[in-house]
Amino acid sequence: MDFEDSKEEAEYRERARSFLARNAKPRTGKGMLYRAAQADESILNEALEWQTRKYEAGFAGITWPKEWGGQGLSAINQVIYDQEEAQFSVPRGIYDIGLGMCIPTVCTWGNQDVRDRYAVKALRGEEIWCQLFSEPAGGSDLAALRTRAVRDGDDWIINGQKIWTSGAHYSHYGVLVTRSDFDAPKHKGLTYFFLDMRTPGVEIRGIKQISGASHFNEVFFNDVRIPDSQRLGKPGDGWKVSLTTLMNERFTIGGRAGVDVDEFIELARGIELEDGPALKNPTVRDKIADWYVASRGLKYSHFRTMTALSRGDTPGPESSIGKLVTGPKLQNMSAMALDILEQGGVITDPDVAPMAALFHQTLMTSPSSRIAGGSDEIMRNIIAERVLGLPADMRVDKDVPFNKVPTGKGSK
Amino acid sequence: MNFDFSDDLKLLKDEARKFLDAKSDSTVVRSILEGPDGYDRQLWSDMAAMGWTGASIPEELGGAGLGALGLCVLAEEIGRSLAPVPFASTMYFAAEALMAGGSDAQQRTWLPKIAKGDVIGTFALAEGPGKATPKRLRTTYRNGVLTGEKLPVPDGMAADIAIVVAQTERGVGVFLADLSHAGVTREHVETLDESRKQARLTFSDVPAEPLAGGGGGERLLATIEQRAAILMAFEQVGGAQRCLEMARDYALERYAFGRPIGSFQAIKHKLADVYVATELARSNAYYGAWALSKNAPQLPLAAATARVCANEAFWLAAKENIQVHGGMGFTWAFDCHLYYRRAKSLAVANGSTRLWKERLVAELESQNAPA
Repeated sequence: MDFEDSKEEAEYRERARSFLARNAKPRTGKGMLYRAAQADESILNEALEWQTRKYEAGFAGITWPKEWGGQGLSAINQVIYDQEEAQFSVPRGIYDIGLGMCIPTVCTWGNQDVRDRYAVKALRGEEIWCQLFSEPAGGSDLAALRTRAVRDGDDWIINGQKIWTSGAHYSHYGVLVTRSDFDAPKHKGLTYFFLDMRTPGVEIRGIKQISGASHFNEVFFNDVRIPDSQRLGKPGDGWKVSLTTLMNERFTIGGRAGVDVDEFIELARGIELEDGPALKNPTVRDKIADWYVASRGLKYSHFRTMTALSRGDTPGPESSIGKLVTGPKLQNMSAMALDILEQGGVITDPDVAPMAALFHQTLMTSPSSRIAGGSDEIMRNIIAERVLGLPADMRVDKDVPFNKVPTGKGSK
Repeated sequence: MNFDFSDDLKLLKDEARKFLDAKSDSTVVRSILEGPDGYDRQLWSDMAAMGWTGASIPEELGGAGLGALGLCVLAEEIGRSLAPVPFASTMYFAAEALMAGGSDAQQRTWLPKIAKGDVIGTFALAEGPGKATPKRLRTTYRNGVLTGEKLPVPDGMAADIAIVVAQTERGVGVFLADLSHAGVTREHVETLDESRKQARLTFSDVPAEPLAGGGGGERLLATIEQRAAILMAFEQVGGAQRCLEMARDYALERYAFGRPIGSFQAIKHKLADVYVATELARSNAYYGAWALSKNAPQLPLAAATARVCANEAFWLAAKENIQVHGGMGFTWAFDCHLYYRRAKSLAVANGSTRLWKERLVAELESQNAPA
C-alpha cells in the first residue's frame, strides 16, 4: 500500500509538469476561487490560447480515441494531468461541457465525417459547445422534456425552451434533445440533434442567479430549422443518445480548489469570540473535525478510485459519493463562517469581510452544488439503486403516452 | 497509485470471511452474550491455529509477519462477524503496546505466546465513569508494584497479561503485569455488550515492569491509543458494512403498502447516507493503515481521522439498521441489537468521538500548514 506512481505514470506526470512549468504560472493563494463570475471576451481569449497550447502539446483529449483526434490514453493519465494542472493558474471551465460531454456524444453517434469536422476544432478550443438538456418541465426528471421537433422535408423544426444552459451565450454549437413523438411513452419519443447556436430562431437570455452572477441561460427555440444530417441516433432514440452524454461526466479527481478546512481554520484563527479566538471554541472545533474527516475521506476515496484506474479496472462505487459530501459541506461551512463573525457576518463588502468575502461568496454559490449535475436527492437515488440494488421508485408515467402523463402547474 | 491491500491480503480477507461466516454466526455471538463464558474458546483456538493471533507479530517472534496491514484485514472481518473473542484486547492493544514500547526481553517473553494463542492480553486504563486523564489516575506504581482499581477492563476476566496505565512519582507510566499474580482480583462487570465481557481488576501490590518505548509514558500511551484506533476502525467499518447489508436485505424483502419498503425514498436515502458514511470511514481507515504500516509521522492525525469517522459510521449504520427493521429491529430475536451494542461499546472503548475530535483539531493546529 502506497501512493507512488508506477514508472509509466511518473514519466507521464513529469511530462505534464514540465509542459505546465514552461507554459503556465504556478497558482498562488486562492487565485482560482476569484475567477470572474462571467466569461468576458478576454477570459474567452485566454481560454482559447491555453486550450490550443494544450492540444498542440498532446494534453487535450487525453482519453479520447485517436480516430477522434485524441491521445488514446487511459483515465489515469487524465487524472495525473488534472492533478498537475491544478497547481497552476490557467483558465478553466469553458471547455468542460463540450469536451467532457457533447463531443464524446457527437463522436459516438456521428460518422467519421462528423468527427473530422467537429472533434479537433473543439479540442483546439476553436469551437465551444453547450448542452441543451434541462427544461422548465424537466430537470431531475429530464425525460419529461417537451421541446417539440417536427420533421419537415430534410429538416426538423424545433419549438420550445431549454433552461440552465451553461455557457450558451458564448457557445458555437450545442447538443439538443427534443420530443418528436408526444404519443409515445416519455423515454421513447425523444430525438437528439446538434446545432449551430447562431441558427435563426435561437434566442438566449441570461439567468441572474442568487449570487448575482449569470452562468446559466434560458434558450428559446422559435421555428428553428435543423438539417436531418445533424440528428444523432434514430428518431425516437434520443434517450439512448442522451445517456451517452450523461455517462461522460468526466472524473473530477484532480483536486479542484474550493473552500475547505484550511480556509476555515485560517478564518477561525483570526476571529475573536467571547472566550478567545474562534479556533479555540469547542463548538467550532467540533465542526472543523467533522469537515476534516469528510474531506479526507473523500480524498482517500479518490485515491482508491485512482488505484482502480491505475490497474485498468473500473472504479468501484466509492467514486459516486463526492458530490453528495461536498455540496452540503460547502454550504454548512460557509454558514458557520458567517456565524463566527456574529453581527459582522452580514457584511459582504470584500474590503471589510474577512478573506475578501470568500465565505460569503460560497454561501451564495453553494446551493447550486447541491442541485446541478444531479441533485442531492437524485444522487441518493442513484446510490440506493445502482450501488445498493434497491428497487427503482414506482412510476406513474411509465408506459403511458407522454401526452397522458399528469403534469402540475409548474410544468405548463 | 497503489492505495489498496495486496492480493495476498485480499485472499486472507476472503478466507477470514468464509471462516467466520461458518464459525462465528450470530448463534455463536449470542451464546457468549447470553451465557457466562467470557469468549468462545473453540473459535479463539481455531483463530490461533490459523495464525491470526500472530498476524502482526514478526516471524522471528513466532508470528506470521503480515504486519499491521494483515491485522487490518482481519479486524474488518472480525468486526463484520462480531466474533466473541479477545482479539482486539490482545492484538490491537497488548501486542501492539509490546511492539511499540516493550524491551527485547519483554517482546521475546510474551509475543511468541500471544502468537501461539497461549496468552490473552488486555489494556487497563479506565477507572470508572469519566475520562481517565493522567492527572486523575489513582492506580499507582511504586517500588515495582501496582496498586489500584481498573474499571472496565475489556476481556479482563480472560486476560493473562495486562498493559496497565498508572501514576508514578514522575508522571504517568505504562506497565506490563502478569495477571496470574495473587494480588490481582477480578470481578465481572455488566456492560452494554456482553458478547465481549469486561471486568473490574483490582491490583494489590502486583509486580509489574515498565514498558520503555523510548518516550515518556504519556507519549507511549498516545501511541498505543493511536495504533489501536486505526485497527479498531477496521472492525467498525466491517460492522457498519454488515449493518448496511442487513438493512438493505430487509428493505428488499419487507413489504408495506403493497411494495418493498426499499422502494420508498425515505428508506433509500437513509441507506444511501449510511453507504456514504461507511465509504468515508473505509477510506480514512485505509489511510490509517498506510500510516500504521509505515509508522509515518502522519500517524496521530491519521488515527484521529480514522477513529472519528469510524465511530460515526458504525453508530449511524447500527441505529439506522434498527430503524429500517422497524419493530422487529427492537426485538431480542433479531440480530440488529448485537451490532447496536457493539457499535456503542467500541465507540467508547478507546476514547470517544468528542475526545478524538479535540485531538484531531489540536493536531491540525499544531501543523503550521493545517489540513
